[in-house]
Amino acid sequence: MTDVNTHEQSDHGSAGGRLPVADVPHKPRRTDVDPKAARRAERQVAAMFTLSVLFVILFVVAYVAIPKDANVYIPVLGLVGAMNLALGVTMGAAVFLIGAGAIQWAKKLMPDVEVVQERHEMQSAPADTAATVDQYERGKEESGFAGYKIIRRSLLGALALFPIPLIVLLRDLWIQPSDTPNPQAELETTLWRKGSRIVVDGTYTPVKATDLPVGGLISAVPADLEETQAEQGNQNARGKAAILVVRMQPDEIRSQQGENWDYQGILAYSKICTHVGCPISLYEHRTHHLLCPCHQSTFDLADSGNVIFGPAARRMPQLPIGVDDEGYLVALADFAEPVGPSFWERG
Amino acid sequence: MSTVEKAGAGVGTYVDKRLGSNRFLSRSLSKVFPDHWSFMLGEIALYSFIVILLTGTYLTLFFKPSMVEVVYQGSYVPLKGIEMSEAYASSLDISFDVRGGLLLRQMHHWAALIFVAAVSVHLLRIFFTGAFRKPREFNWIIGVVLLTLALGAGFSGYSLPDDLLSGTGLQIARGIVQAIPIIGTWGAFLLFGGQFPGDDFISRIYSVHILLIPGLILALVTVHLMMVWVQKHTQFPGPGRTNNNVVGYPLMPVYMAKAGGFFFIVFGIIALLGGLVSINPIWIFGPYTPDQVSAGSQPDWYIGWLDGMLRTMPNWETAVGGITISWNVFIPAVVLPGIIFTAMALYPFLEAWVTGDKREHHLLDRPRNAPVRTAIGVMSLTFYMLLWIGGANDVIATTFDLSINSITWFLRVALFVVPPLAFVFAKRVCLGLQRKDRDKLLHGYESGRILRLPHGEFVEVHQPLDVKERAIIESRLATDHAPLPMPASVDAYGVANKNYRAKRLQAKLSRVWYGDQVPAPTLAEIEEGQHHAAHGALAEAPLHAHADALENVPFHGGVLHNPGEEKTNQQQLDDRGGHL
Repeated sequence: MTDVNTHEQSDHGSAGGRLPVADVPHKPRRTDVDPKAARRAERQVAAMFTLSVLFVILFVVAYVAIPKDANVYIPVLGLVGAMNLALGVTMGAAVFLIGAGAIQWAKKLMPDVEVVQERHEMQSAPADTAATVDQYERGKEESGFAGYKIIRRSLLGALALFPIPLIVLLRDLWIQPSDTPNPQAELETTLWRKGSRIVVDGTYTPVKATDLPVGGLISAVPADLEETQAEQGNQNARGKAAILVVRMQPDEIRSQQGENWDYQGILAYSKICTHVGCPISLYEHRTHHLLCPCHQSTFDLADSGNVIFGPAARRMPQLPIGVDDEGYLVALADFAEPVGPSFWERG
Repeated sequence: MSTVEKAGAGVGTYVDKRLGSNRFLSRSLSKVFPDHWSFMLGEIALYSFIVILLTGTYLTLFFKPSMVEVVYQGSYVPLKGIEMSEAYASSLDISFDVRGGLLLRQMHHWAALIFVAAVSVHLLRIFFTGAFRKPREFNWIIGVVLLTLALGAGFSGYSLPDDLLSGTGLQIARGIVQAIPIIGTWGAFLLFGGQFPGDDFISRIYSVHILLIPGLILALVTVHLMMVWVQKHTQFPGPGRTNNNVVGYPLMPVYMAKAGGFFFIVFGIIALLGGLVSINPIWIFGPYTPDQVSAGSQPDWYIGWLDGMLRTMPNWETAVGGITISWNVFIPAVVLPGIIFTAMALYPFLEAWVTGDKREHHLLDRPRNAPVRTAIGVMSLTFYMLLWIGGANDVIATTFDLSINSITWFLRVALFVVPPLAFVFAKRVCLGLQRKDRDKLLHGYESGRILRLPHGEFVEVHQPLDVKERAIIESRLATDHAPLPMPASVDAYGVANKNYRAKRLQAKLSRVWYGDQVPAPTLAEIEEGQHHAAHGALAEAPLHAHADALENVPFHGGVLHNPGEEKTNQQQLDDRGGHL
């Protein structure tokens, strides 16, 4: 393109491209015509920069002087930590004032006349494109890339396969236990088994059937959870075994997931939502509805834990329960189906 | 030349001899940047990102990304003696025992919220003004990728403190991964190192959060800015501004002072927010445990729309032949976001195909002058905001005493009905504004003053547009483009056109695009109209002179104001040499 040079000229010429825009009326600012106003602006800018310095000093003072646990009452904010408030305000003010000063300087004292610069088309000049093509052709020629068909194909094959080790190396992100054939094996079982005592979550005390009134609700876990958790060093077992135990009048139970899975109106359901796995705890004992606080799936515990509204597709798994010799609630078996969100191999 | 300047010049020469840096500086220091408030949105994003990097670096010095269970012994009494992960315990230490630690944490969180907001609004500005058009399509794609990275950065950071809320977010994320057909279960096991919650995830997402994502953002932001530099900034239409120039302030000194100063303003505001407004008080939620959750748990604002989709989706699931497909999770959490972000990234190419416009565009569109694009944008925004309602359906239900079920059903219908209505509405508004512009160009603007002419006729005085407004409205003349012609199915020699169907679709869409545009007046019509308006104003002029001569009105604002000065406006004006 022939006009590249003229663009260069107007772009980076001696005037530095600083030609004011034509036919725009320019209104002088007060600081342009009134030396007093200009001096006032100068003082304002300097004052802001100086205040900034002062706030930095205040920041250091606050850091050293204010005790960590001191609270202070501020209207609107309420009772807040004195340290955080003082550090935030002093640091914020110090930094803000630098910016405010710079902008005031630019707006009041630096030129406010807009200038013009020419653009050039983004596309390269044809000569540059031709030269690029030439160099490519020459490289192709010299390397023989086009001619040596075998080299070309084997190279492409090698390049396509070389990332494989990098992908293979990701396999042990999950260190698969030797007795676990696949992920679903871990998802399908929980800590519950025949005879596991149902204990209150947190205190780990066993529950007698008579302890739970009609309309009552407890969050419960298997008795050996505490031990297992300490042994495994994580909360995996808890994430699957957490249950809700509710009691309703036996004649209010319309259906459940098997014969005699309740004990005198006491029902146990998994606590982990079948949608995406939030723990559910919002239970309305008059309607027997269980509501997930995350996405509002609603389940009817009097009717097999079936979904009555919301995005969850499957009912809440029920744990078959009974009592042991001493009258404590126990599980009769593990859940009959995997708890928690669905997965491909679930079936 | 002062000593400092001499030293600076010495360093400059030293560097220049080795790198030729003056060649670059000589061109760059005079580089012109156009001014507009909306151009600051991208700056806010950049500056809040710098604040995020700074505060984040400090946080890494104190945070321990470990899920090992420890007993908390710090100074926050209500949680003393409670078992929790080391990650949560160190987050509490940052909040209560490291001086200024809470400020850093809150600044980091505020800066992150502002970053995502600035990126989003910046993207809207680019969209509605057509700044993504040729030659800036690549930068638009980088912008879309940056938005997704910003969401990833936000979500991964939200998950790190291992409090009850963040863990719940992770549990949902795990449920979503498990819902991906075929690879979902294995994917979830590999990501989490086994079952949920496991003991690996915090340290893994930590490296994603502090290394991988910020590294990518930093690299892409650099490319993003280099492209802005090379292509020069777009500008809004105005007097003297054309598609072939750029009008504004030079980098040195005005733009440097303004943009540099603005960095400190953004930084300062974030620090003030960190000091004054509590954000994510993790000590209230308690440590994470997979069997507890608090009601009314809400994600950060930018995840709200995804949560809304998850909540609104009907509960479809297919279990057949030993496999389960969770449409209820897979569609809203994976498929739809995938489609939405892909469509966003491809939008510049789709629009260019429909309009058939192959020109470079450096002058921004006023949204009204591209009614279909504006309508698409308003439609998408409406869809997004409805999803926000979905994401907050429980809060809305409790606040306004409504049924969650009715809100959800309302949304299931509204998501399909309301956005198209918004499309039609926005398009009509654009066309109405185009008509108003046309009238202004042809007749000047209505002054609201009625004039009785000597022969008894009453007219409303129309005044000619000022230079600026006229230039802005006229900018459309230069960018208007005709719809594409309908293709012929066979050419002159009777050979079938292979691309006939595609070309016909393109031409039809192009008609939809330009179809209802209010035709812009020709330059001659404008000239005549403005002349006419000037004539009306001229007829009124003697009245003004008369009124001015009698009135004593002090000037407001301008330099002419002298309190108590007993002079007419005209006299004051004359004293100052006739101009304000």
